[in-house]
Amino acid sequence: MKDNAETSVLRAVGLRKHYGKDESLVRAVDEVDLEIARGEALAVMGPSGCGKSTLLHLLGGLDRPSGGELWLAGRRIDGLGERGLADLRRHEIGFVFQAFHLMDELTARENVELPALLAGRSPRQARQRALELLDQVGLADRGNHLPAALSGGQRQRVAIARALVNEPLILLADEPTGNLDSAATLEVLRLFDRLHTAGLTFVIVTHDQRVAATADRLVSMRDGALVDQMRLTGGTGGNLRDLLAMDRQHG
Amino acid sequence: MGKTLLVFRLAGRDVRRHLAQAVLLIVAIAAATATLTMALALNGVTSQPFAATRAATRAPDVVAYMTSAARAKSLIHAAGVAAYDGPFPVASAVIKFDGRGSAVFAEGRDVAPATIDRPALTAGSWVRSGGVVLERTFAEALGVSVGDRVTLNGRSFVVAGIAVTAAQAPYPNLCWMSTNSCPPFFSIDSASFRNVGVIWTTTADAIGLTSKANPLTMWALNLKLTHPADASAWADREFNSFGSGGPRSVSVAPGSGPGAGPAPQYDFSPWEGIAQADALLVQDAQSVLEPGAYLLAVLAIASVAVLVGRRLSEYARRVGLLKAVGGSPRLVMAVFLVENLALALFASLLGLVAGWLIAPILTSPGAALIGSPGAPAISAGTVIRVVGVALVVALAASLVPAIRAARTSTVSALNDVGRRPARRGALIRVSRRLPVPALVAIRLVARRPRRALLSAANVAVTITGIVAVIAFRADADGVFSGPAATGLTGGGLSDPVINRDEQMLAVITVMLITLAVLNAVFTTWATVLDARRSSALMQALGARSGQVISGLVVAQVLSALPGAIVGIPLGLALYKAAVSDGTPPPALWLVATVLVTLAVMAALTVIPAWMGIRRPVAEVLQAETA
Repeated sequence: MKDNAETSVLRAVGLRKHYGKDESLVRAVDEVDLEIARGEALAVMGPSGCGKSTLLHLLGGLDRPSGGELWLAGRRIDGLGERGLADLRRHEIGFVFQAFHLMDELTARENVELPALLAGRSPRQARQRALELLDQVGLADRGNHLPAALSGGQRQRVAIARALVNEPLILLADEPTGNLDSAATLEVLRLFDRLHTAGLTFVIVTHDQRVAATADRLVSMRDGALVDQMRLTGGTGGNLRDLLAMDRQHG
Repeated sequence: MGKTLLVFRLAGRDVRRHLAQAVLLIVAIAAATATLTMALALNGVTSQPFAATRAATRAPDVVAYMTSAARAKSLIHAAGVAAYDGPFPVASAVIKFDGRGSAVFAEGRDVAPATIDRPALTAGSWVRSGGVVLERTFAEALGVSVGDRVTLNGRSFVVAGIAVTAAQAPYPNLCWMSTNSCPPFFSIDSASFRNVGVIWTTTADAIGLTSKANPLTMWALNLKLTHPADASAWADREFNSFGSGGPRSVSVAPGSGPGAGPAPQYDFSPWEGIAQADALLVQDAQSVLEPGAYLLAVLAIASVAVLVGRRLSEYARRVGLLKAVGGSPRLVMAVFLVENLALALFASLLGLVAGWLIAPILTSPGAALIGSPGAPAISAGTVIRVVGVALVVALAASLVPAIRAARTSTVSALNDVGRRPARRGALIRVSRRLPVPALVAIRLVARRPRRALLSAANVAVTITGIVAVIAFRADADGVFSGPAATGLTGGGLSDPVINRDEQMLAVITVMLITLAVLNAVFTTWATVLDARRSSALMQALGARSGQVISGLVVAQVLSALPGAIVGIPLGLALYKAAVSDGTPPPALWLVATVLVTLAVMAALTVIPAWMGIRRPVAEVLQAETA
């Protein structure tokens, strides 16, 4: 089955994730219809437990939907097996987690190159790519540091570099600034802005309205369903500039 | 008092919370202590049956062997002799039955019962012309029953009866021990010393077995002494005055033959030496069980170390809470140690009871004796040794974790900051060039080198035991079951000592393998749990679940490999230490042992690894964040 891959990178139709049954049925994600265009930055907001993270996990193939359709770059992916989903995560989707999830025993560079090695790139290519990305995220001089020796913002930038190492079609970020202070949040937002300007498509799940305001579009969730969506006229760049200005005023 | 109560209460609650782990810990220690109890309970187990056999057979206190019947005259009037019977001719012969053959000590007897040494018939009847009686262990080894026909030096005889005696050491130790050897003047090929049986014939039949080529060189005189308790001393004294040269301990070990110098005309076999030879069967079993028990103790240390290490990682938050409410590092350490030592104490008591109950099954005195050994004696020394081993096992495995728990900072413990995985840069660099499963495996091994070391130690101990068993098996096959055609060196007879050793080895092997399997499962499970986050992360980054499972399996095999390699020389050394002249088993057997062990390790890892990564990746990553 084919989808309109020209305009949408990721599309969900009636996507559901239910747990339990009868009276104990929990509708974690309930009939979600969503289309993410190429190069778009989408923010997903909502109260705790509304299903934002579950939706992100479904979109990224980390969890399987109970029903509905999911399309990635024109290919239906909701029926893929474990192997297919692993390949998808390896080549087409990049994840950024709130808790960074870096390997403690690996240096920043080794963390970044890991998905490239898993994808079968040669050690030299993986290293080269990791160094390029660390340079892009402003951590060229921190490549040999262990995560324990990095600040929260630096760790998250390493995690973003790792998510980009295999040049994914889309980056999915789950509360990427949830564990960061204001300064580190701005570091990460600047990075997202640069990536967005470069044409990267991404979905950010967040509690933070300031972060959400940097996206092109904001969707709100409640009880597993999308309840509202709005296009943000300022776009990532505009809102980020406002944010930076506010930060300077407060600073 | 209050603090002590608190320590015990906290330890008790923790045991209840982790009941499955506590049970596994008890099983591991109880297995080792039960085996040790069995080994120690074998002390003196044959003394009661030997006394019963001695009484039932009116056994002599000393059997005097001499080169001619005339020499008996000077002995029967010796000081200390209360009564005598004989002398009886003892002919050397070769018995053959159903393709098997062996050298025998054929003692000629009257058809009427003797006054001293009346072998107790366990089947059939006493000797008659053309009818022989076989000592029971020898009859069992040869596989004959009453009514079977055997040949002696080519002449046909019927087996009239089967009997036990306390006047000669049982098969196969009749000529084996230097203190109870065949007299040097008994004409026998030295290669056959290991396998000489005892049979009784009529006097005429015994003499009929001799010939010019096989002359009658020995007579036996059974003596009762006025002081039976001094039989050995009496025998030594008489040997020095009657024996015409050389000390009494004439070496008749295989290959050495009678000693040089003037040939002795007498030899004496006191009852104490025969009792020792009867006990050999059980002593051999003991010599197998005791080192086996210590091997099991080493495995138990590995089991407990893995369990305790795993528990410590779950214990971290509890340590933090204890410290936050004012618990001192000493209290934290005490709770952890008391818990493990109490479990070890309980396990050792279980082991003592289990060993005491199982020992009678393993301690049958053998076919040489009549009567049962009764309940094995568990002395205070045995209890101290068994409980001591259990406590040492628990202490060796839990002291370092307890100190580590005591030293953990309160905040780190409350935040449950587990031990940071080790970084082995060189291994990480090497793994970059390898396929994904090998990359995952090497990084897993590098994360927890101490666990890998424990795994290697576990396999090393198991392989050591298995190789020692294989070496024993190979040696038993090669040396004691020689070609039947010779009729002398082994003759295809089963060997009761080897059979008993094999039973003991089977017990040890089963216990070793059981503990090794438990250890492998504990280690794998601990590795899987420890690697849960990194495995989920690998999957989130695109590794397939099959690759992660393969990685876990390869990690276990990689950890086991050095242990398997080291276990071979250790096993051979252990066997060499136990059997100094043993021959090593074929190299192919050793290679097969290593390969089979590694394959079993891999198979044992698959299920825990598969179960470990069944949980959805997102769920694991969220749980690890919470």
